[in-house]
Amino acid sequence: MVALSDLKKISDVEWEIPTAFRADMRVPVAIFATRELLEAIAGDKSLDQAVNAATLPGLVGRVVVMPDMHQGYGFPIGGVAATEYPHGVISPGAIGYDINCGVRLLASQIELDRVSDELDDLAMSLNRHCPSGVGVSGHYRLNDKELDQVMREGAQWALKKGFASEADLGRTEEFGSIQGADPAKVSQRAKQRGANQIGTLGAGNHFIEVDVVDKVFDEDAANVMGLREGNLTLMIHCGSRGFGHQICTDYVRDFQSIVPKYKIQLPDRELVCAPMNSAEGKAYFGAMNSAANFAFANRQLLAYHARQAFEESLAGRVKNWHLHQVYDIAHNMGKVETHKVDGKNMEVCVHRKGATRAFGPGTPGLPGEFQKIGQPVLVPGSMGTASWVLVGTEGSMARSFGSTCHGAGRTMSRSKAKKTVRGSELRAELEARGIHVQAGSLPGLAEEAPQAYKDVDEVVETVARAGIARKVARLRPVAVVKG
Amino acid sequence: MNMLENAGFEEREHTADWSLHVWAPDLAGLIEQAAKGMADLSGIKTDDKERVTRTIKIESTDAEGLLVNFLTELLHLMDTAGLIFDTFNLVVAENVVNAKMEGSPILERKKEIKAVTYHNLKIEKKSRGLEAEIVFDV
Repeated sequence: MVALSDLKKISDVEWEIPTAFRADMRVPVAIFATRELLEAIAGDKSLDQAVNAATLPGLVGRVVVMPDMHQGYGFPIGGVAATEYPHGVISPGAIGYDINCGVRLLASQIELDRVSDELDDLAMSLNRHCPSGVGVSGHYRLNDKELDQVMREGAQWALKKGFASEADLGRTEEFGSIQGADPAKVSQRAKQRGANQIGTLGAGNHFIEVDVVDKVFDEDAANVMGLREGNLTLMIHCGSRGFGHQICTDYVRDFQSIVPKYKIQLPDRELVCAPMNSAEGKAYFGAMNSAANFAFANRQLLAYHARQAFEESLAGRVKNWHLHQVYDIAHNMGKVETHKVDGKNMEVCVHRKGATRAFGPGTPGLPGEFQKIGQPVLVPGSMGTASWVLVGTEGSMARSFGSTCHGAGRTMSRSKAKKTVRGSELRAELEARGIHVQAGSLPGLAEEAPQAYKDVDEVVETVARAGIARKVARLRPVAVVKG
Repeated sequence: MNMLENAGFEEREHTADWSLHVWAPDLAGLIEQAAKGMADLSGIKTDDKERVTRTIKIESTDAEGLLVNFLTELLHLMDTAGLIFDTFNLVVAENVVNAKMEGSPILERKKEIKAVTYHNLKIEKKSRGLEAEIVFDV
């Protein structure tokens, strides 16, 4: 087990586990954390999981973990690993079951003061319009042809159907439609699980939240994004639902038997992988991109319904109730990108599991309006606490494969949270602080209590100090919808 | 916790996901306990007036694979058919499980399990039979 004494201090916010720590490590592990956050991280097995991740064949640079890191399965949550493309491997478990789980932020010109009395109604309306909860179906059941289109086109499909605008897509990672999807590599079972789940939020830590822009730290970047202090925003956190879960399940199962074929030895079977240029690696990549497009379309549909809820609750009561997209980002993905490794540009497959892409200013592929400020990064906090808007930097490009943190990061198990916190009391406490709550399940609410998470402000402060993101704005929640 | 004399399941602490410790005298019993444990974690209410049966065949290259694939199949039936099973007749031959199962339609499901993982999964022979710890992504 990794002890804090095994870590080499690089700075107050950066640490390293050298390859000498264990014989099977191929690259070092870099940890962005303060001493205090490190101590919280050391309470579970996440550092050991990071060391296991450092054994994947074809890794380059170093495995990077973020301050919101916590124990997952196989690969730690908050981890980033880049493998040489196309000879290195791709590992489904290093991306996660909820492929393209991500966050979408929409902003408005609605001043909080003008709608304080409407927030309860707005939360109920959001809950009505946006299907959430376990096993809940959406407003749409896709036939085979439509599901195929969603897999290939992502949010572009939603645009054709009238659920999106060009402006929405322009402000979505990969413009809402990632290349390389191959629906033929998606199982019938995944299609069955996904067909009626498009446009649904799900449960667990997924949510829709109305926030107010509490404080702007970078006026120029906030102006580009349309964020203004005192105005409402809407955040959506969810992914590819059962469709993505089944794709990851299928490939983790199939890769169990092909690992020996490629003479790959791993410390944990959940890390199974295949070379990117193998038939198996290409098949997973095609299926994973199909799930990524499903998730982009899913968040787009939820945004469409959230806009309906805003119209229903606020049209006629405020002059401009419209929501415009700030950005939509993935934080569970594997992507082929170009990064500088040992001073040379190299194509790599960047695995991000609970880590957000954070491209710095001038990075090719960013929309023109973000070229100067860098890519927006959306960091939801735990329920009832702040969320953050950041931007990628030159530092994130140089030191973390264009990546940064993705949230607060759990410190307490769900069962312990339920024993420690009563859902009804938590709801009353949030309501007393002016946060309107619509929750499908009170025990589910308790599991997501802020006490179960690290302090998101400390996480964000750490990535800002480390130079792998820059603060733009802090958001404060005023209404929460949870499945 | 379900503590039968020599077979059962209990939830173990895990920071983000769910971990289930299961034990039983043999592999068929272990798979059955894991299935019951997974249903317990999901917080399911059923319509007991209606009973359904299903017969499934699961294959894998090893015992851990059988366990994961069996639970994954049950998860699939929960998601797509809205069914949960509580009575199992399992026959385990070499790398194959043949199961006849009886259960009910799901009325309410409080928790969503995304997937059954292989994380550190090892079925071990111990004093009371076989034991394993299964991590679920939730």
